[in-house]
Amino acid sequence: MRCCDYTIQLIIATNIKNKKLANQFNRSFVALRYTIHYCCTSSIQRMTHQSSTLLRRLEISVAEAEKRTGKNTVNMQETFTVYLIETRPIDAITDGHNPAPDSLWRRYSEFELLRNYLLVTYPFIVVPPLPEKRAEFVWHKLSADNLDPDFVERRRVGLENFLLRVASHSVLSNDKILYHFLTEEHEWKEVVYETGFQAKADSRIKALSATFRVKNPDKRFTEMRHYSDELQSITSQLLRVRARVADRLYGVYKVHGNYGRVFSEWSAIEKEMGDGLQSAGHHMDAYAASVDDILEEEEHYADQLKEYLFYAEALRAVCRKHELIQYELETASSDLVSKKHQREELATGMVRTFSFKGMTNKLFGQEAPEQREARLGLLEEQIVEGEETVKEKTSECQEYVKDAWVDIQRFKEQKDRDLREALVSYAVMQISMCKKGIQVWTNAKECFQKM
Amino acid sequence: MSGTIVDSAVFPNQTNTMAADISGQMLDLDEDDDLEVFSKQATRGSAFEFEEEEASDFKDIFVTVDNPESHITAIETFITYRVLTKTTRSEFDNSEYEVRRRYQDFLWLKGKLEEAHPTLIVHPLPEKFVVKGMVERFNGDFIETRKNALHRFLNRVADHPILSCSEDFKVFLTAQVWELASYKKQGPGLLSRMGETVRAVANSVRGVKNRPEEFTAMQLYVEAFSNKISSLDKVTQRIVKEQKEYLGELKEFGPIYTLWSGSEEELVGPLKGVAGCIERCCKETEEQVNQLSDTLVPTLHEYVLCSESLKAVLRRRDNIQAEFEAKNEALATKKVDQDALKEETDRLEDRVEWANSALKGDWGRWQRCMRGDLKSAFITTAQKNIDYYEKCQAVWETFLLSQRMDGSEDAEKDDSS
Repeated sequence: MRCCDYTIQLIIATNIKNKKLANQFNRSFVALRYTIHYCCTSSIQRMTHQSSTLLRRLEISVAEAEKRTGKNTVNMQETFTVYLIETRPIDAITDGHNPAPDSLWRRYSEFELLRNYLLVTYPFIVVPPLPEKRAEFVWHKLSADNLDPDFVERRRVGLENFLLRVASHSVLSNDKILYHFLTEEHEWKEVVYETGFQAKADSRIKALSATFRVKNPDKRFTEMRHYSDELQSITSQLLRVRARVADRLYGVYKVHGNYGRVFSEWSAIEKEMGDGLQSAGHHMDAYAASVDDILEEEEHYADQLKEYLFYAEALRAVCRKHELIQYELETASSDLVSKKHQREELATGMVRTFSFKGMTNKLFGQEAPEQREARLGLLEEQIVEGEETVKEKTSECQEYVKDAWVDIQRFKEQKDRDLREALVSYAVMQISMCKKGIQVWTNAKECFQKM
Repeated sequence: MSGTIVDSAVFPNQTNTMAADISGQMLDLDEDDDLEVFSKQATRGSAFEFEEEEASDFKDIFVTVDNPESHITAIETFITYRVLTKTTRSEFDNSEYEVRRRYQDFLWLKGKLEEAHPTLIVHPLPEKFVVKGMVERFNGDFIETRKNALHRFLNRVADHPILSCSEDFKVFLTAQVWELASYKKQGPGLLSRMGETVRAVANSVRGVKNRPEEFTAMQLYVEAFSNKISSLDKVTQRIVKEQKEYLGELKEFGPIYTLWSGSEEELVGPLKGVAGCIERCCKETEEQVNQLSDTLVPTLHEYVLCSESLKAVLRRRDNIQAEFEAKNEALATKKVDQDALKEETDRLEDRVEWANSALKGDWGRWQRCMRGDLKSAFITTAQKNIDYYEKCQAVWETFLLSQRMDGSEDAEKDDSS
C-alpha cells in the first residue's frame, strides 16, 4: 500500500455517511495503517515491521464509552467515564470463525498511569501522548465539558490511537505491564505500583524541570530540543487560530439561516415570487445547518495537530533526559578530576588548585602525617569509585544516545508521514466544504431564477 | 454656483392648473386625448400596458452619471457629478447633453416629480446625510456608492413612461448650471407652499374615511414588504461583517504554516502548499465580500428607501381623497355657494380618480421592477458564491494533486532501493 493509496482510503472513510459504519471502517483501517504502512518508507521501519510487535498478534480497539458513578478517594460521589478495551488474538480469526473479543473497562486515569509508567521505564522513547485531559483550543460552540458526548467520543478515538501506537512500537509493545493493562482488568494498578516506578517518576519530574548547564551535549539532541520547542509553539499557535477561524466560519454560515426565515415570511405576501423565495429559503437553512458537519470533521484535524503538540513535549523530555545523563557524566568526570588533583596535592605537597584545606594548612600549619595518610586512603577509594561511576555513566550515556536517536528517527519519520496526511486530509475537507457550498448555492440560484 | 435651498419634502401641488400641467406630461397621445383616456388605460388592469410600452427596444433615452469632482468655494465644499444624456426624442433639441449636477439638484428634481405626480412611484435617492456606520457598509467609498445610486435614480426616471416626459426632468438633463438655477426660482413662492403644507397636514389629521379596499391591501403589503426588506438589509450587512471577521482570522492562519515550514525538512512542501492555498482563498473571500457590498447591499438598501417612498405615496393618495371628502361633506352641509362648492368638489373628485389610476398603473410597474431588481441581485450573489467555492475548490485540488504526485514518487523510490 503506497502513501497515495491510503489518502484515498481516508477520502473514502470520511465520506461514508453512516457514522457507525464509518467508525468501524476507520477502526480497522487505522489498525491496518499501523501494521502495513510502516513498511512503506525506510529500512528502520522494515526492521520494526519484522520484529513482531504486539499489534501484529493482537487486535486492539477502544470500542465504547460509558458513564459510571462511584465513590472517589475522599469518599465523595463522582461521575466518570469508562472505556471498553476489546482485544482478540489475530490468529483466532480465521475464515468462518469470528470469536467474541475479550474486553475490560478502563478509565482515563488508568491510561495516565500506564503512560507515566512507560515514560519512566523507557526514558529514551518518545512515548505516544494521550488525548488531552481537558478540552482546550475550544471554539465557542464546542463544549469544554468533559462529560459532553462529543468530547467523550473524540477521547475514545484518541485513547484507541494511543494504544495502537504503543502496541505497534518495537520496544514499548513488549512491555508486560502494557499487556496486563490490555488483558487483565483487576489488580493492574497494584502490579504497576509494585514495579516501584513511582519513585523514579517523582525524581524524573524534578530532574526535567531543573536548570543545569551541560558543557558538551550531543549537538543533535540540542537541535532536537530546539525543534521540539518550535513544534510545540507552532502547533499551539495553529490550534488557537484554527479555533478562531472555526468560530468565524460558524458565524457566517449561521447568519444565512436568517435569510431562510425572512424569505419564508416574505414569500407569504408575494404572488409571483412566493414559490421561488420559499424554496430558496429552504436552501439557506440547509446552508446554515451544513456548517455543523463541516466543523465536526475539522475537529479531527485539530486532534491530529494536538497529538503532535503533545508529542513535542515527549520529544523534549527525551532530549532533556540526554542532557541530564550527560550532565551527570560531566559532573562525575569533573568530580573525579578534582579528586585526582587533590590526591596529587596531598602526595606531592604541591598546591595545584585552591582548596580550603590547603589554605588552612598555610594558616594553621600542616596536619599530622597519620591524618594525611587517612585522607589519601579515602581519596584513593573515592577515586576508584569515581572511575567506576564515570565508566557507568559513560556507557549509560552512550547507550542512551544510541537508543534514543533510533527512536527519534522513527518518531521523525512517523511525524512527517502523519502530518503530511493530516494536511492532505485538511485539503480534502476544504474541497468537501466547497462542493457543499456549490451545491447549495446552485440550488438557491435555480430558485431565484424561478422568482 | 448659488445655493438654492430646496425643501427635502414637497407636498402635493394644489393649484387649479394641475389638469393642464398633467396633460402636457403624458405619453405621446393625441392632443385631443385627455384625462379620460389615461384613466381608462390605467383602470383596464394594472399589469401589462406599460410593459409593452417600455419594451427595451423602445428605449430612446440613455443617461449616465459619472465623474465625481470636488468643488471648493468660500462657503462650502461639495461634489458634482457629470450627467450625460443621449436621446432621439423630439422634445430634446440636441441628441447629446453633458451637464454637471450636485446632490441638491437631484433632490430638487425628485421633489418636482413628486409634486407633479403625487401618486406615481418615484425611485428613491441615496440618503442625504452620512448615517453613522454607513460608510463601512458601502465598502468605504461613499461617493462611488452615491454616484451609482444617482445613476440608477435617473435611469429609473428615464425608463418611466410618464416621469421621463416631465419638463423638469428635461431641464435637469439639459440646462447649464446658471440656467438650472434660474429655472428653479420659478414656481410657487414660499408663502403659497407654506399654505399647501398647512392644508396637507390638516388633511392627514382629518384622515380618509372610505379608502378603497385595494389601497388598504396595498398599504398592508407595503408595511410587510418594508419590514421584510429591512430585515434582509440587516441580515446581509451582518453577513458582510461576519465575512470580514472570518477573513481577518484566515489572514493570520496561513502565515503560521509558512512559519512552521521553516522548522521542517520533509514537510516544507505540503506546509508551504497549505499556506499558499489559504492565502489564495483569502483573496477569493475578499472578492466575495466586495461583491456583496457592491451589489446586494445597495440594492436591498434602495428597496428599504423605496418602501418609505411607497408609504409616502399612499399617504399622499389618502390626503387627496381626504381633501375631496372634506369638500364633499361641506357641499352636503353648507347651503351657500352651492355652485362654487359643486365645481370644487367635482374637481377634487376627478383628482382622486386620477390619483388612484396613476397609482394603480404605476403599482404594477413598480412590482415588476422590484421583482426584476431583487431577483437579479440575488442571482448575482448566488453566482458569485458559486464562483467563490469553485475557485477555492480548484486551489485545494491543485494542492492535493501535487501531494499525490510526491507520494507516488516516494513509493517508487523505496521500491527501487
